[in-house]
Amino acid sequence: MLAKRIIPCLDIKDGQTVKGTNFVNLRQAGDPVALGRAYSEQGADELVFLDITASHEGRKTFTHMVSKVAAQLSIPFTVGGGIHELADVERLLSAGADKISINSAALRHPSLIDEIASHFGSQVCVVAIDARLDAAGWTCYLNGGRISTGKNLFDWAREAYERGAGEILFTSMDHDGVKNGFACEALARLSESVGIPVIASGGAGSMEHFRDAFTFGHADAALAASVFHFGEIGIGALKQYLQNENINVRL
Amino acid sequence: MKVAVVKYNAGNIYSVIHALQRMGVEPVLTDDADVLRHADRVIFPGQGEASNAMCYLREHGLDQVIRSLTQPVLGICIGQQLMCRHSAEGNVDCLGIFDEEVVRFVPRTHADKVPHMGWNDLQQPSGPLFKGFKDGEFVYFVHSFYVPRCQWTIAATDYILPFSAALHRDNFYATQFHPEKSGPVGARILHNFLTL
Repeated sequence: MLAKRIIPCLDIKDGQTVKGTNFVNLRQAGDPVALGRAYSEQGADELVFLDITASHEGRKTFTHMVSKVAAQLSIPFTVGGGIHELADVERLLSAGADKISINSAALRHPSLIDEIASHFGSQVCVVAIDARLDAAGWTCYLNGGRISTGKNLFDWAREAYERGAGEILFTSMDHDGVKNGFACEALARLSESVGIPVIASGGAGSMEHFRDAFTFGHADAALAASVFHFGEIGIGALKQYLQNENINVRL
Repeated sequence: MKVAVVKYNAGNIYSVIHALQRMGVEPVLTDDADVLRHADRVIFPGQGEASNAMCYLREHGLDQVIRSLTQPVLGICIGQQLMCRHSAEGNVDCLGIFDEEVVRFVPRTHADKVPHMGWNDLQQPSGPLFKGFKDGEFVYFVHSFYVPRCQWTIAATDYILPFSAALHRDNFYATQFHPEKSGPVGARILHNFLTL
C-alpha cells in the first residue's frame, strides 16, 4: 500500500536554511546539505528546498547546492523558488532535482505548467499554492503571500491539474507558522478536486496534526519546517506515532 | 567492473550515476554500441515518455543494441516499460524483451491519484536481485503506466491493483521503481545487481 509521505521543507537563503513564521522573521537553521542528509537518515520520505534568494548570484549558489544534494542524497527532492521559465526548470533538473515547484510564475503564466509537463513530464511539476480564507472563500496569493490574485484555490488547483501538474502543494497562509494544525477541511476538498497527490503545508505543531491531515484532510503527504528544524518533532518518532494510529508510513 | 549507463533522451539519468558513485562505482554514460556491448553491467534508466524515447532509441540503433546484450542489464522505470513489447503511452512498439503490454492506471475513485507517486512496498520479492529481502520493504515509485503481473514478475506492488514492481528474464532485470532514489533499500538492490 502506498505510504503517506513526511516532507521536511528547507527554506534556503544564500546557501543557508531559514524558516519564517507567517512568512516573515527569518531564523537560521543550519547547512542544507547536512540537514538534508540528517533528515534522510531519520526517515524523511522526500525533501523540499525552497530558494528564497532573489539575486542572480544567490540563484547560482542555490543551483550549486542542488547538485551537492543530488550527489549525496538517496531520496527524492523537490526544489522551488525563483522559477520563472522553462530554462530555470531545465537548469535545476540538470543539477539533479527530481521535481520542481512553481508558484507565482504559474499563476502569472498558467501555460508554464503545460510547457513543463510536455517537456519533462507531469511527475516533475509540483504546483505550489499559497491561499487564505477571505470573504470570497479560499483565495490564492502571489509573491510569498503578499498579493491577492482573486483566484479561487479549488478552481486554480483544478486548472493546474488539467494543465498537467503532477502534484499540488497547498499552504494555508492562515495556518502557516501558527502551529495549530493543517487546514484539513480545505485539504479534503482539494483532494476531491484533483486527480493528483496533494501535499499539506502550513500549521504543523504536533504529531496529531499530521495524523489529522492524512485522515480528515485526505492529504497524500505532509510538509513542515520549523517543528523539524528545531527538533520539536522527530521524524522517526512521528512515523512511529502515525503507524500506531493505523496510517501507512515507511518505517 | 565496467558499468555502462545508456545515454538517451530520458530525464533523471544522473540520479542513477550519483547512486553508483556513492557505492564507489564510476559508471560511463554512453550511447556507443561497442562500449555498451563490452561493459560488465548495463543500466537502462530514466523518466520520460515512451514513444519519444523509442523514437530516439531507433534513430540511434540502440534498440537493436539493448536487445542483443548478453551481460546483466537493469532497466529502471521507463527503462522497464521500454523493455516490454508495447506501451499504451504514445501507442508504441517497444523492445519486446518481456512480451507484455504496458498500460495506464485507471483510477476507481478520486482517492486513486495518478501518477502513483511515493513509497510503496514490495510483495514476494524473489530471485538474486532481491537477495536478503523480505516482504514489505519500501521503494520509491513515480509512474502513470505499469506492467501487469506476468510470468516474468519477480516482485509485485499494490496500487489500485497488484502490478509488476520488477521483472526478470535471462540476463535482463527491470524495476518500475527507482532503486537510486529508494534510500538504503534501493542501494541494496543496486548492490545485488552489481554482484550477480
